[in-house]
Formats: sequence, structure tokens, C-alpha cells
Amino acid sequence: MIVLEKRPQPSRNWSIATPLIAVLATMFFGGVLFAVLGKNPVEAIRTIFWDPLFGEFAFYYRPQLLVKGAPLVLIAIGLSLGFRAGIWNIGAEGQYIMGAIVGAGVGLAFYPMDSIIVFPLMILGGAVGGWAWAMIPALLKVRFGTNEILVSLMLVYVAEQMLASMSLGLLKNPQGFGFPGSRNLNEYASATSWINQDVGMHWGVVFAFIAVIFAYVLLNRHMLGFHIRLTGEAPRAARFAGVKPARLILFCLGTSGALAGLAGLFEVAGPAGQITIDFNVGYGFTAIIVAFLGRLHPLGILLAGGLMALTYIGGEIAQSQLGLPAAAIQVFQGMLLFFLLALDILTNYRIRLRKSEVA
Amino acid sequence: MTVPLLSLQGLTKAYPGVIANNNVSFDIGVGQVHALLGENGAGKSTLVKMIYGLVKPDSGTMLLNGRTYAPPEPRAARADGIAMVFQHFSLFDALNVAENIALGMESPPAMRDLAARIRDVSETYGLPLDPYRTVGDLSAGERQRVEIIRCLLQDPKLLIMDEPTSVLTPQEVDILFQTLRKLKSEGTAILYISHKLEEIRTLCDHATVLRLGENVGECIPAETSARDMAELMVGSALKPPERAGRELGEVALDISGLSVPSPSDFGTALRNIHMTVRQGEVLGIGGVAGNGQDELLSVLSGEVTTAADAVKLAGRPVGDLGPTARRRLGLLTAPEERLGHAAAPDMSLTENAMLTGSVRENLVSNGFLKWRDAENFAKRIITDFDVRTPGPDNAARSLSGGNLQKFVIGREVLQRPDVLVVNQPTWGVDASAAAAIRQSILDLAANGAAVVCISQDLDELMEISDRFAALNEGRLSTPRDTAGLTIDEIGLMMGGAHGMEVAHV
Repeated sequence: MIVLEKRPQPSRNWSIATPLIAVLATMFFGGVLFAVLGKNPVEAIRTIFWDPLFGEFAFYYRPQLLVKGAPLVLIAIGLSLGFRAGIWNIGAEGQYIMGAIVGAGVGLAFYPMDSIIVFPLMILGGAVGGWAWAMIPALLKVRFGTNEILVSLMLVYVAEQMLASMSLGLLKNPQGFGFPGSRNLNEYASATSWINQDVGMHWGVVFAFIAVIFAYVLLNRHMLGFHIRLTGEAPRAARFAGVKPARLILFCLGTSGALAGLAGLFEVAGPAGQITIDFNVGYGFTAIIVAFLGRLHPLGILLAGGLMALTYIGGEIAQSQLGLPAAAIQVFQGMLLFFLLALDILTNYRIRLRKSEVA
Repeated sequence: MTVPLLSLQGLTKAYPGVIANNNVSFDIGVGQVHALLGENGAGKSTLVKMIYGLVKPDSGTMLLNGRTYAPPEPRAARADGIAMVFQHFSLFDALNVAENIALGMESPPAMRDLAARIRDVSETYGLPLDPYRTVGDLSAGERQRVEIIRCLLQDPKLLIMDEPTSVLTPQEVDILFQTLRKLKSEGTAILYISHKLEEIRTLCDHATVLRLGENVGECIPAETSARDMAELMVGSALKPPERAGRELGEVALDISGLSVPSPSDFGTALRNIHMTVRQGEVLGIGGVAGNGQDELLSVLSGEVTTAADAVKLAGRPVGDLGPTARRRLGLLTAPEERLGHAAAPDMSLTENAMLTGSVRENLVSNGFLKWRDAENFAKRIITDFDVRTPGPDNAARSLSGGNLQKFVIGREVLQRPDVLVVNQPTWGVDASAAAAIRQSILDLAANGAAVVCISQDLDELMEISDRFAALNEGRLSTPRDTAGLTIDEIGLMMGGAHGMEVAHV
């Protein structure tokens, strides 16, 4: 009989080891899956994990890692602050869209003026857009006790409609021959977020790294971060320590909204280039996975964002080169999350094998 | 000699790191009221859980009426005529009495028949109870009656009662004892768990004393002095705390006209509370659990704010200030619930030292935390209060209840409070740790701090407090000098018998 025994305190070694074991287990069982599908498992795993980084065409894929990873990390860092405190912002996708709309809107309002202040104002616009969208669930929760999970999630669909309306109406390119979508910001030098497109470097990457450092310092060295962790661990003890829950809700939802909005702005002003109906590709939802994959720890999130970007890009390569179905890649990514969460139990529990007792 | 009802032979049960019971043997006779006596952590609960089928012994056997008895689960124990009233009730607040009782039955009869049976049993045993009342509205004593009647409906041969009087006023205790004596006269055996010696001397025929999981002696309580039993229980002679004679100073804490609505549906509203505590004074607040103790602490800690004037600290209105501001002014508190309220279970002791110590111990500058100072503060608490732990990096939940309690009290005492409010400072703490905690509270008062001690342990309150008041349904009685108070007067202050009737035997 297998018995789970609670550890007196969480094991530090296991909390570092479990993500690695989870990745290995995913490789193994993913390999089995690919073998059943009739593909060479070793080749498939190599294609997903190795080729994007060190393969023949890595010079093409490596920049994409930054492009895909940056928004994931930026959003996940914001989400992790709330998740640490038990405040569940599920609507980062909507805040990402609103950040992109407001940020791009600011940029397009200045078009074609050439000035150094355009991009900073767009950044501000992106942050404010995401922040304001997140303030809706925040204020409703503080004032009326609504569930932030539902409200923030539902607002994603409102944001998507807003996006469609913007690309067909207000922000539509007047010189776009009637096609939906805004002007391409990449063709507007003052408004682009690219620093060096050849290596995948844009301001979103810079901000993602800044966010990681900011979150690390906040959580480990600052009273506010301590209060966030305390609220997540023991809400009653947090109130006893003097935490004002309403203020914390506003801060956590606001910050995660602002960071998601920034991610949207950097995306629309760089890799995407324009507001279109299908501008968003689910970064806001994937970032939830990234946040948990990274143990809600800033450095973990940085690694997890990279890993997630890797499986995306590697998965696309595997699809095109090996003909693996898209669903198999999604199952593979699902496995990764499953193993991570399942093995997490080893951090808090140890497994004992014991002879079954005779009743 | 006749066959005993239940015979325990060499029961042993070990948990990781601790042997809860080691080779425990004793017999319970038919119709006997048998006391199981021991400090917190002596292994009483584990032992009765084995009898009730909740825990399987590692070794040893039990005989029920001479036949082997090894219940795989409580249902089997109940089928064999063994019933148990737990210390913590398992009742649903939102359901009525009959519904609660039906939930615990294998095949509940129609609600009307059940209600009739509940009335019948409750009248027979002097435990009046309306089957249709909502449990959330019942007092602690009445809830216990629900649990007792639930057991009596099964017509048990052995009734196990785990610390039944900890939630009762002295008058309610008398009534309970009448009921238990009636049961005994009908041949029901009772296994009575307690650490209150006087109760056991009045009620029980026979006592088994457990210490650190072992049976260290048996006695006839009526023929043994409370002092002898206590020393058997603790294993050494106990030293009562010393109290230095002291001068009372200015009024440090002044509460007047404090009324707070109940925070939840089944909480207690505080009603028009008045009290003052002077420097150097210990005010003891007694009362049955659930009469507003938690709420009073929340109002004093600042977790619940009120009109500014309702709470005054050294003449200054603080009722509208939050916990941090109150700490800055010298009002510190230690709540009852150690894990989750006073301390965060998964956080280290250093982090838990930061939890309340940040302001007064100067552990923060410009919002940034000084972890090294916090660690030193945690170390100081650990040394000064003899907290047994490998070091300040350990999680709070890795400490035993008594050690964590010493840490929680030490954390507040070392911050040099002007006013300290503690709720249940020695709940679930072994005797020597409890004595140390009481001594530190008295020392603090001797140095001029005002202390409010909320507790359900009357002996403790009599021992350390200068004046005594009781909470009853959110009202505080007028504080009276402890010296000269009789147990009857205390009982009346605590709210008398809560409308209970004596069994008509």
C-alpha cells in the first residue's frame, strides 16, 4: 500500500527537482505517444527540444524564442503576484487585448508624427489599458464581493468583441483597401517596439526581464511582497498582520492587468505589427500555465516561459517536418503541465511503501 | 470475577516520530464510569480512537465481553454498542437537530418518528432539546446534548466522552453529571476523558492515568487526592507561578460601550462591553467557547475596527486603527488559533517573527525587509522562551502545539507591549510549557504592562488574574476581584446553566 506522509516542512530539494523530473517524464511518455503514432520518438523529441536551439536552422528559431517567450513571461509575472495571494486573474488575455488596443490607439493617433515621445506614450497607454480592464473585476470584487475568476474571464470575450470592432471600425487603416485591421506599426518608425528584429529583440523582452527582477525583489525583500505571500498562505494571519485585503486585491489585479496590457502593446507594435480581428493568440491563457510551471517564482517563470516557447516552436517544427498532428503536440504540452502538477505533491509529501494491514 | 465489558491488552500505536500509546492495558467494567486521565499529548485521544475504530493499533488486542474486538471502522464499533461524543462537535449549523442526527444514522426513520424518539430520549435523561431547532442557534452546551442524544439513540453499552466539560459552565457540568449517573445506573459504562481532577473525583469509579503514551497508574479517584493524581499525571511536582506584589498604575486600556455586529451568520455579536485594565494588572476573561472570545480579540487587535472612542489606549482613541497602527502604540495581541491566525503554517519562524514584529522591532526600512534582524528576533524568541526547534528556518507547522504557542506568546511579550491581549494562551499546551507561559504573562504585568487574558480554563484565570469577568452571548459581566470569588459565582457570571434542566432521576 502506498502511503503519503506529510513532510514537516516543504522539501527544498524536491521543489527544484520536480520540474526537471516532470520534463523528463513528459519526454518519455511523449515519446511513447509519438511512437504509437508511428513516428520515431527520439527524432520527435529532438525536433521539439533540440532543433529550435541548436539545430541547423536555429538561427531562425532562436529569435522566435524571445518573441514567444517575452509576452508569456511578462504576463505570467503579473499573474503570479495575484496567484501568490489567492487572487485569481484568469482574464489576462482580455487585458492583453485592451493594452494592445489602447497602446496602438495612442500610436495611431500620433501618426505620422515623428517624435521620441510617441513610443513611451504608447507604453503608458498599453499599461493603462490593461490596468483599467483589470480594475473592473477588482472593483467589483472589493465593492460587491463578486468572483474575480468569472468576471475577469468573461471580460476576455468582451475584449475580443472590442478588438473586432476596432479592427473593423475606429482603428481601421484608412489606406487599407477596405481590409480589416489597423495600419502596420512596423512601418511607423516612432511607434515600433523592435530594437533588433534579426535577433528577436524588442522592448517586450527588456520589460520581461525587468519584471522578473522587480517581482523577485518585491516578493523577497519588500513588505508588500511579504503581505502578498502571507495572504496566500494564511489569509487570517495576513489580516492579523495588518494587511488590508481590498488594497491587495487592487494592487495585484492592477499590476497583472498592467503587465498583460504592456505585453499586448509590445506585441502589436512589434511582432504582430497591427490590430487585427485575430490579433490575440492565447498568450494570456498560456501565461497561467507558465506561472504555475514556474512555481509562481519569478526565476522559475523565466525558465518556464522559455520552456513553453520552446515546445511551441519545436511543436510547430515537428508538425511541419515530421507531420505530427497538432493535437498530438497539444497532448504533449498537456502532459508537461500534468506531470508538473502531479509531481508537485512530492514537495509537501513523502511516499512510503507499507505492507497492507490486515483488517 | 465477572468478565469486563471491554478489556484492552497491550495496545501500542506509533506515529512517525512519536509513540502515541505504548503497551496500554486496562479493563472497563459493566456500568462503570472509568476516567482516562492525562495531560494534553499523553495519548488519550489516540487510545479512544482505537476503541472507536478510527485508528488501528500497531499491536495489542481488545476484548469486548470476552470476545475479540477489532473494529475496522466506527460503524462496526457503533454496531457493537460503542458510542462516542467528540470534543469538537461534528454538526451542521444550518440544519436542525433532527436532521443532524439523521445524517449520522445508517437508515434514518421518517423525520416525524425520529423527532418523537429524540423527545423521548431527551426527556428520559433530562436533556431537553427541541428536534426542530436550527443547530446554529444552539449554545455549546445544547450542541453537546445533540451529540449525546445522537449516541443514546443507539442504546450504547459503552459511551466514550472526550473532555465533555470544556465547553460547559459549572452549572451545566452538574446537569451533565446527573445524566451520566442515570446512564450508569442503567448499566451503561462510560469512558470519561479529562484532565480536570475535581470532576473525575466527583464522577468516576475508577481512573487510569496516561503519561507519554504509557499507563502509569490506576486509582480510585474518590480515595485519591487531586494533588496525587496531578503528580501521577505530570510525573513530577508542579510549581505554581509566582506573582510578585505590584502597584497598579494608570488605566492602560479602556473599553466603553463597545458593540459590534456578528461577523458571520453563526458568530457572536459583542454587546455593550465596558472594561478597563490598569498598568500592572491582569484581567481574566472567562466564558464558554463561542460567546464572543474570538470577536473580542479581533476588536482589540484591530482586525475589526469600531468607533474610535470605543477602544482607548492610555486615553487615546484607537478603535478605528488597524493592527499595525495599534502595534505601534503598544497594543499587542495573541489570538487563540495558532496555525493560520497567529502564525502562517508554511512560513518559517523568521517570517512569522516578521508577521507582527515588523513595526516595534524595527524590521522594515522604507518598506524593505531586514531579514537578518528578523532572524535575530526569531532566534531571541526561541532562546528566551525555550522553543524547541532546530532553528528559525523551520516552518511554523513543524513545531508542536506547545512550542508554537511559546513562540507566539514570546513574540508578543518580547516586543515590550503596554497592553497585551491573549486568547487561550495555554490551550493544548503541556503542563510545563503552560506554566512557563503563565509565568511570562505575570512577569510582563509585574513590569507594568496591562494584560487581558481570555481563557476557558478557569483554574488558569484564578491563578493569574487580579480581576475576573465572563463573556456570555457577547456581553461582558462586570469585572470583580478574583480573590474571594466562589465557583458558583463564577458559574453565574458565565451565564448559569443556559436553561438546562437537571435530570429527573
